[in-house]
Amino acid sequence: MLEFLARRTLAAIATLAAVVAIVFFATRLSGNAMDYLLPPGIDVETRQAMIERFGLEQPIWMQFLRFVQGLLAGDWGFSLYERRPVVAIYAERLPNTIQLFCWAFALSVLAGVPLGIAAALDRKGALGSAIMLVAFLGYATPNFVLAILMILVFSFNLHWLPSSGLGTPMHLVMPAVVLAAPMLAETIRFTRNSLLDVLGQDYLRTARAKGLPERSVIGKHAMRNAAIPVVTIFGLQVAGMVARCVLVEAVFATKGIGDLVVFAAIGRDYPVLQFGVILIAALVVTSSLVVDLLYAAIDPRVKVTAS
Amino acid sequence: MTEIAAPLALPRRHQLHWPLLGLWNKAGALHKLYLVLLGLVLLAALFGPVLAPFDPDAQKLLARLKPPVGFEGALSQHLLGTDQLGRDLLSRMLHGLRLTLLIALAGGVISLVLGVAAGVVAGYARGPVGAGLMALVDLQLAVPFTLIALLAIALFGNSLPILILIVGLSGWEAYARVVRGQVLSVARMPFVEAAVAAGASHRRILFRHVLPNVASPVIVVWTMNFSSLILLESSLSFLGLGVQPPTATLGSMVGLGRDYLASSAWIALIPSLLILFVSLLVLLIGDWLRDALDVRLK
Repeated sequence: MLEFLARRTLAAIATLAAVVAIVFFATRLSGNAMDYLLPPGIDVETRQAMIERFGLEQPIWMQFLRFVQGLLAGDWGFSLYERRPVVAIYAERLPNTIQLFCWAFALSVLAGVPLGIAAALDRKGALGSAIMLVAFLGYATPNFVLAILMILVFSFNLHWLPSSGLGTPMHLVMPAVVLAAPMLAETIRFTRNSLLDVLGQDYLRTARAKGLPERSVIGKHAMRNAAIPVVTIFGLQVAGMVARCVLVEAVFATKGIGDLVVFAAIGRDYPVLQFGVILIAALVVTSSLVVDLLYAAIDPRVKVTAS
Repeated sequence: MTEIAAPLALPRRHQLHWPLLGLWNKAGALHKLYLVLLGLVLLAALFGPVLAPFDPDAQKLLARLKPPVGFEGALSQHLLGTDQLGRDLLSRMLHGLRLTLLIALAGGVISLVLGVAAGVVAGYARGPVGAGLMALVDLQLAVPFTLIALLAIALFGNSLPILILIVGLSGWEAYARVVRGQVLSVARMPFVEAAVAAGASHRRILFRHVLPNVASPVIVVWTMNFSSLILLESSLSFLGLGVQPPTATLGSMVGLGRDYLASSAWIALIPSLLILFVSLLVLLIGDWLRDALDVRLK
C-alpha cells in the first residue's frame, strides 16, 4: 500500500512538472516575451535593459530554473489587464467553480444512481428504455449545444431560469445540469449494467428464496455488490468534469476559473492563462490521485494488481 | 461437389478484398440507414460550394435576420433563413460543415500517423524509448487537452494549419495504447516467432504480420475519435478561438448566433442541431463498428 501510494504520488508530481515545462517552453517558443510586454517602437537600450532585468539573455535552461524557482516561491505574476496578482484573481473565483462543481457532482450521483437502478429493474419496459435513451443523448450531446438548447428553452421560451451570470441559486441550475450531463449519463449506464450483472447471481436467488422482501434483495444484497464499479466511474468522471468546467463556465459566464482561463486565452493575458493551465492541471491530477488512493483503500484487490 | 464449392469460395475471396463491403452486408437496416446518412453528410460537405445557393460571406443588409422557410417573414430564396448580416444560413452551413469535417479529417490523419508510429515503436522498443513514449501517453491522458489547446492558440495564433495541428495532437494516445497492446500480443504469436526464426526482417514482420492485425482496432479508434475531434474544433470555434470570421465553421456559427438567441434563435439553433446530428451519427456508427469488428478497447 505504501509503495503504491508513493509511486502514484511521484507520478502525479512528474505530470505536473511536465505541465509546467510545457507551459514554459511553449511560451518561449512563441517568440520573445518582450514583444508583448513592451509597447511597440521602444528604443533599443530600454529594451536591452528590460531583457536583462527579466533574465532573458541567459540560456533557456537557466530561465526555466528561474521560472520554477519563482513558482515555488509563490511569485505567480500579475495580470496584464487587471494589474493585480494572478493568485488574487483566482482566489476570488475558485469558490464559484467549487460550488458549481459540487452541485454538478451531487446531481450526477443523486440522480444517476436511482435512475440507473430504475433502468435495470425495468430493463425491457418503457421507463427503462426511456432512461437509457436520455442517458445516451446526455452523453452524446456536446456541452455547448446542450447549453444553447437549454438557454433557448428555459430562459427565452419559458422564462424560468436566467441565461448567464451568477447570484441566485437559479443561476446555477443550468450550468450544473450541463456540467453534470456526461457524468450523469455514465453513472446511469454503469449503475444499470453493474446491477444487471449482479441480479443474475446465485446469492440473489438465495435471498429471494428465503423470503426476503424485494426491497431488501435489491437495496442490500444487490446494490452493495454493484457499488464498486459505480464508485470507479465517479473517480474517472471527476477529472473529466474539472476539464469540462472550462467550456461550461465560459458559456454561462459563472465567474469561475473556467471562463477566466478562456477569456485570458482570447485576450492573450499570458500570466493569467499560464497560472490557469497549471492550476486546472493540478486540480485534475490531484483529484485522480485522491480517487486512486481512496479506491485502493476501499477495495483490497487494487493493491494486488498495483504491485 | 465442385458446383457447391465454387459459390462458397467466391464470397470469401470477396470479403478478403473488400472488408468494408463485408461490413455493409453484416449491417442491420438501422445501421445501413446511419451509414447512408453519414454518406449524405460527407457528400454535402464535399459538394458544399456547388450546392450552396449563395456566397457564404456575402452580406445582404436588406435581408437581415430572416427566419427559415415556413415561419412568418421568411424569404423563399433563403431556405434556412439569414443571420444578423443577411448572410444565407444554408450556404454558411454547407461551407462550415465542409471546413469542420476537413479539420477533423486532417487532424484525424495526424493523430493516426503519430499514434500508430508511437504505438509500434513503444511495442517494439522496450527500454527507455518505449517507457518514454508511454510516459507521454500517460501525460496526455492526465492533462485536459482543452487547456493545452487554449494555451497553444493564445501563443501561436489560430490559423487553419495551427488549428489542424492542435486537433491532430489531441487524440493520438488512444491509437498508441491500442497499437502497442496489439504489437505486444502479436509479437508472442507462434506465426511471428516462426517468421523471426525464418529470418524475416523487422520491416517484413511489421508490415506483413503486425499492422494487418492492428487494422480493426485502429478503424474503431478512428471512428470514436472523429466525433471528439469535431467537438474539439466546434468548441474552440464556439469560444471564438477557432477559425476567424467571416469564415464559417459550425461551432463559430453557434457562437456568433448566441447573441441573437432571444430574438432570432434559428441562427444558433440550426448549426447546433447539425453538430448534434453529425456527432450522434458518428458515435452510433463507432459503437456498431466496435461490435461488428469485435474489438475490445480498454
